[in-house]
Amino acid sequence: MAPYSQLSFLLTVLLIFGALCVTSKVQIQSSSERQSASSNTGSTGESTSNSSASITTVPIVTWKWHHVETPYLVALWILVCWLCKLMAQLNSKLKSFFPESALLIISGFILGGIVWGADKAQTFKLVPRNFFYFLLPQIILDTGYFMPNKLFFSNLGAILVHAVIGTCWNAAAVGISLWGCYLGGAMGNLQIGLLQFLLFGSLLAAVDPVAVIAVFEEVHVNEVLFIWVFGESLLNDGVTVVLYNVFDAFVSLGGEKINAGEIIKGIVSFFVVAFGGSLIGVVFAILISLLTKYTGKVQIIEAGFIFVLGYLSYLTAEMLSLSAILSVTFCGVCCQKYVNANMDEKSVTAVRYAMKVFANGSETMIFVFLGVTAIDTDIWVWNTGFILLTLLFVLVYRFMGVFFLTWILNRYRLVPIELIDQIVMSFGGLRGAVAYGLAASLDETRIKEKNLMITTTLIVVYFTVILQGLTMKPLVKWLKVKRVSPTELKLIEKVNNRAFEHILAAMEDISGRIGDNWWTRGWKRFEDTYITWFLMKPEARKNRDYLFSIFHKLNLEDAINYVTEAEKRGSLAFLNQTDGTIVNFEKKLRFSGVMPDIMSELDFGNNNVQPTSVIQDTVPSVSLNIHEHEMKRMNEDFNAHHLLQQHLYRSRKNHRHKYSRSNFSINQSEDEVQEIFQRTMRSRLESFKSAKMGVTPAKKITKHPKKDPNHKMSNGKTTDKSKKHPYGDEDFEFSEADSAYSGDGGATGGSSQRRGTYTMGGVENPAFMPEMDTPPPPWVTEAEADTSVAPSQGAQRYLPWSPRNLHRLAPLRISDRSTDSFLMADAPATEESSEESPQQPSQRDGTHM
Amino acid sequence: MGSTNSTLSKIPNAGDLMQETGFSPAHIVRLYDRYKALDKDKKGHLCPQDFGAIKELAMNPIKQVCQEVLDFPSFVRILAHFRPVDKNRPKDPNSPEHINSRSNKLKFIFQLYDQDKDGKISRQELLQVLRTMLEKQVTEEQLESIADRTIQEADLDRDDAISFDEFRKSMEKVNIEHKMSIRFLR
Repeated sequence: MAPYSQLSFLLTVLLIFGALCVTSKVQIQSSSERQSASSNTGSTGESTSNSSASITTVPIVTWKWHHVETPYLVALWILVCWLCKLMAQLNSKLKSFFPESALLIISGFILGGIVWGADKAQTFKLVPRNFFYFLLPQIILDTGYFMPNKLFFSNLGAILVHAVIGTCWNAAAVGISLWGCYLGGAMGNLQIGLLQFLLFGSLLAAVDPVAVIAVFEEVHVNEVLFIWVFGESLLNDGVTVVLYNVFDAFVSLGGEKINAGEIIKGIVSFFVVAFGGSLIGVVFAILISLLTKYTGKVQIIEAGFIFVLGYLSYLTAEMLSLSAILSVTFCGVCCQKYVNANMDEKSVTAVRYAMKVFANGSETMIFVFLGVTAIDTDIWVWNTGFILLTLLFVLVYRFMGVFFLTWILNRYRLVPIELIDQIVMSFGGLRGAVAYGLAASLDETRIKEKNLMITTTLIVVYFTVILQGLTMKPLVKWLKVKRVSPTELKLIEKVNNRAFEHILAAMEDISGRIGDNWWTRGWKRFEDTYITWFLMKPEARKNRDYLFSIFHKLNLEDAINYVTEAEKRGSLAFLNQTDGTIVNFEKKLRFSGVMPDIMSELDFGNNNVQPTSVIQDTVPSVSLNIHEHEMKRMNEDFNAHHLLQQHLYRSRKNHRHKYSRSNFSINQSEDEVQEIFQRTMRSRLESFKSAKMGVTPAKKITKHPKKDPNHKMSNGKTTDKSKKHPYGDEDFEFSEADSAYSGDGGATGGSSQRRGTYTMGGVENPAFMPEMDTPPPPWVTEAEADTSVAPSQGAQRYLPWSPRNLHRLAPLRISDRSTDSFLMADAPATEESSEESPQQPSQRDGTHM
Repeated sequence: MGSTNSTLSKIPNAGDLMQETGFSPAHIVRLYDRYKALDKDKKGHLCPQDFGAIKELAMNPIKQVCQEVLDFPSFVRILAHFRPVDKNRPKDPNSPEHINSRSNKLKFIFQLYDQDKDGKISRQELLQVLRTMLEKQVTEEQLESIADRTIQEADLDRDDAISFDEFRKSMEKVNIEHKMSIRFLR
């Protein structure tokens, strides 16, 4: 465990350093440890005035702790928290039976202990403001954005029942029972009334999504159970906050003033706040989707829009005193589909990663700070009866609520939730930071026992997260809860799923009942006709069928697997593969022929692919980099196009030896073995030949014969990528291009005779081909005629082909161009031709820039 | 539905049907009402035109579900495929499998694909279904490649067609009982 000990050492050093920094300062406001703008500006102003006053000589270096204090501490704490997570992950033995969240809380205890030891007071704690404004939103946005939509909406009814009714039940039952016990004298003398108990109950009713996800993700329960617990925890946070606000209002109103009217107002406000928040979220989701229709122009910051608008939806809801959590949840849930369709694949990936980084980062911080907060003598007020009874009630009522609601729901469910699942679900009622945040934001003037409530909340949190989290895994194992089995994605299953949907809908129609399928289908149709039109780019709409995207995904996986596999076997594997793999790949590639993106990545020299003209212009693509996008734009410009052409044929030239011309001459049905043979033979012959000639680039090849194919491969990739856009262009001006080439051909000579030589050289006589590629000095004159002729003629030969075969045509055409210029280059001296390749990279760079 | 018994007595072979399909009397009555409503000109059977008259169904890509002439028992039998599997219904070892069993459900889908009833889903047949199911954004070539891949996934004996066994194997992991059930037929 070397890295482990090193890390812990690092962590301790950091901590001590941090603690020293803090103690060096007299007193800092406890709330200012994270982005607290006001105190930040205050302290900086102070320190600047200090330094300007006491200056006697010109200081070379000064100690400006106050300048950076707040941001510095924030960054330091983030680092420390994340290091804790890293340590928790590194310690595999501990991890196997401890849930990560529990480990983080425990490391929080330790950190808090160290700080307390240094400071003799807890200077850092989880401040509700920071928690609700800076740590929570991204977590909720993340969960909403990654919500499995279909599963979520098909279980929405059950989730809502649990989230709304279950939460209200929990809050009321816990509050009233505690009050009853208090009246019964179980907790001595406290200054708490019924309303305060209800308030307390409502804040404890929040099942925390952060904690729940952290635990349930590790145990991999089946998906229905997961979505129930997860969806419930997510929505019930919103509900809890609403409930909390209502009771808070009641408490500040005071018991005497509450009458039936106020209670009705409270109930109304509950619904207004909850649904209003959701509505704000949906509005923002529409905004995001609309915006991403047009953000393609600023692709580099495209991803940022999601975060900014998501955060704004949270703040807007908060501003309107609607439920911010529900708002950001629904914002994420609703926008994900359209955003993913509208944005470039790269931005989508960027959003995903960034989302995960933010969410996991702040989740880690929340847990650590939950631990740190506990090490503080100020907040601990012990009342055995109160605490133990709360724990008991929280646990018992959770079970009762879940069982009762599930029992009702099961009467209407197709597949009833089993008893075991219910147990796990009840057991998954983990309380977390939301409860603590709410407890900490209680108003001390109105609630005299605030500290007792915080203490109890913390204990409930620790109990549920650590103990229940700890026992969750064994429980799931012991009860043999249906786990989700990692299944391979299969197209046939997806196809059939689609068929099921249609069949079920048909059956519902026939039997004349309006059922679930009727609703889903109606929504789908509505979405297809209106929403998609409104929120999606036209290009994105085209490519949107779900089955098709599955197909795309599978192909991508295959392609990637193929490449990794081939690379694993050594670079030569690409050329020396056995027939079987080649055939296999051919077949797969044939499928992937539909996907331009895959082709562009993988179509190294395999020209048997048949892309369709329809697909060539699909925009979203995986393989593009930003330069290429720029080039895409430039394409419209003729000069740019010309430039591109130049660039293309240059780079092409470099790899000419790799794309053997034999490829073009071979029929589609041609045996792969022969192709491979020819290719390898050719490249060997070439390297041999050029080595003999003493040409520099060729030497390189002979020096590292093993690396060579690899090199080739990457080269091939780049050419293909860069080729892509011109191709798309060519689609449109196909006929034009053709005529140009036929003209070319005409200029160089009679086509019929050339055709003869071409086919002969290509198929029958492998030895002939190298001559065409790099004409050796002695044969210059002969070869001249041959080379000039062959490719353009090839172009002619492919002329009558349908645009489907454009892909095949294109490389050929390029090679044709290159040979033409090659010819020109050849004319003065043969050495020049060999010099061209070293020049080439720099030129390519130039065009890129 | 106050007159359950009187209506039930009017339905021919109601008892046998219930026995066979596992529908409750209420179900049978309801289905019979529906059956009569669909059969507009009272000819005593349902023909494809009757189904075509259902507006929603006409827009459903899988119209061929009911292309034959149906009398009431076969109508009920088709719907019975979609009953949820119930565990507590005693299974008689002598009786054939329940109509809503997993393999019967599978067979039902399989027959939808297998239009020429040769026991195999050929590429053509799959293509046809796919063509109706996928929306227009997909081109013919894409359709073909999807069909190819789908067949390739399931096709174990490399005959470019999916037999029922291959079909069943490929669907092994799918929760057919759940996915091929309609709640209210329970």
